[in-house]
Amino acid sequence: MSGIIEYVMFALCLVGIYGILALGLNIQWGLTGLFNIGVAAFFAVGAYTSGILTAPPSDAHLGGFEMPLVIGILGAIVASGILALFVGLVTLNLRADYLAIASIGIAEIVRLFLKTEGWLTGGVRGMEIGRPFEDSLTGNFTLNYLIFLAIVIVILFLLLEVARKAPWGRVLRAIRENEDSALAAGKNVLSFRIQAFVLGSCVMGLGGALYGHFFGFLSPEAFRPMLATFLVWVMLIAGGSGNNKGALLGALVIWVIWSGTEFLTGMLPAELSTRAGSIRILLIGVLLEIILVTRPEGILSEAGERLANIRRERRRSGEGS
Amino acid sequence: MAEFLQLTVYGIVAGSIYALGAIGLSLVYGILRFPHFAHGDLITFGAYFALVPVSILGAPPELTFFFGVAATMILAVAIDQILYRRLRKVAPVILLIASVGVALILRSAVQLIWGPGNQYYSQGISMPWRLEGVNIKPDHLLIVGGAVLLVVLLHLFLQRTKTGKAMRAMSDNADLAQVTGIEVNKVIIWTWIIGGGMAAAAGVFLGIDTRLHPVMGWRILLPVFAAAILGGIGKPYGAIVGGLIIGLAQEYSTVILSPPYKPAVAFALMVLMLIFKPTGLFAGRKA
Repeated sequence: MSGIIEYVMFALCLVGIYGILALGLNIQWGLTGLFNIGVAAFFAVGAYTSGILTAPPSDAHLGGFEMPLVIGILGAIVASGILALFVGLVTLNLRADYLAIASIGIAEIVRLFLKTEGWLTGGVRGMEIGRPFEDSLTGNFTLNYLIFLAIVIVILFLLLEVARKAPWGRVLRAIRENEDSALAAGKNVLSFRIQAFVLGSCVMGLGGALYGHFFGFLSPEAFRPMLATFLVWVMLIAGGSGNNKGALLGALVIWVIWSGTEFLTGMLPAELSTRAGSIRILLIGVLLEIILVTRPEGILSEAGERLANIRRERRRSGEGS
Repeated sequence: MAEFLQLTVYGIVAGSIYALGAIGLSLVYGILRFPHFAHGDLITFGAYFALVPVSILGAPPELTFFFGVAATMILAVAIDQILYRRLRKVAPVILLIASVGVALILRSAVQLIWGPGNQYYSQGISMPWRLEGVNIKPDHLLIVGGAVLLVVLLHLFLQRTKTGKAMRAMSDNADLAQVTGIEVNKVIIWTWIIGGGMAAAAGVFLGIDTRLHPVMGWRILLPVFAAAILGGIGKPYGAIVGGLIIGLAQEYSTVILSPPYKPAVAFALMVLMLIFKPTGLFAGRKA
């Protein structure tokens, strides 16, 4: 029994981390229509920055600063943001699909950098970093971490909802829907795009830092950049782009399906089990295509939420009169 | 000097492979209006398809090449007709997402069918010829010669046939082309036949030059995109020049940079092009 509870808590932690990444992507793609398939780059930069800042001294890589966790996380957010600012300044006034192409370039270069620059990151041998709250509070690391993640996600979600409903969020959606009319309304489209891109990447950096501390070990292989990026995309699209609740719901649903496929492939005959990983990715890929063809707006669509809001308003005013 | 010439040889070989990939990518981008992210994995599939007759029938490599190309053409058209066709009415960016999904599906299919490890067309090392300190392998001549031949065939197709002309018209101005009565779906199918065939050729050549691996195509997607953008989207001739420039630049860069950063060179050239001349060298579609 305790094994199952432990597994569920572990799974929820991963759902939470992917949920944070999906929230970050939602700012970029869902609200602003910026196509970033370099999610893994910002994720990895966040994880390594926090790792380097907090890790104990080691000969294998740069480090030994032993900063507190908060500094590590803040550092992760800032580092991802700086990378995003640099990328954004160069690519965001280009057409949307060029950003997509540029973002795989960024992801590839970050991956090569982490692998090649061993003095900084420990290279392929990876980096040991501390796991926080190992023996505080409840005494169970996974539970402690889950509580910590839940607090972070609630705060992040509330902040992003405020941002989405604020005039700032409306401008982003206006840019997504019709760039020219946003421009005609006197909005500085490039500036808003950069803000959205940087903010989204900061959130991804946060997700990376939390991922790193959850496992306590980082290596370039741990990120499997294409898989992480792809899962986050499927989560956002399945849950409903443009909708923060949808992003979190998508993270949960897709993670459950993703783990479910592990269970399914576990039942395969032994000679196929070595290729289970490929079957799982293939199934998720097919799932994405089915969603795109049949329900591209996702489970909780942005428009659906807007309609519900209008209906609620109408009912309220009906009661008033 | 010998080192410079040697890098030039490697650069031209790599550039020929990039050019073949970029031709298809550029045509698809120009006609269907979306960057096809699964193009790298079509390249991979081409290489692996050509492995089938080698491993099963022990067929000669000349035949396997045609088998790989034909099978990849069918695959590309099938993906388009089954999936992309349904999404054509919506925004091109949905097609972009779909193609990322296709890229992963194709890659995991390769891993599933042929396994995750390295594979080779033939065992053993072919002895290079030495010309004044420069190593040239027979394979290099085969790759460059094959690429030149394919480009000549493409040129004849685009200039002499009605379908080829229709393709160029669609790529230049899709609306105008439709008004003049061009059958859109037919042109699109031909685009995938050419794009898939060229991608397969790139894959087979890449497999001959190095080895077969499930992410071989994905790894060269960035330089291939860079080549297509450098040459101008929708301009197959530009893609050839772009491919050679990227191939040479990547090789020359190893004089000062460490070799793992080759993709970064392609990326830097692409970004510079996008900033200063987004239409590409041959004035393709405007950003």
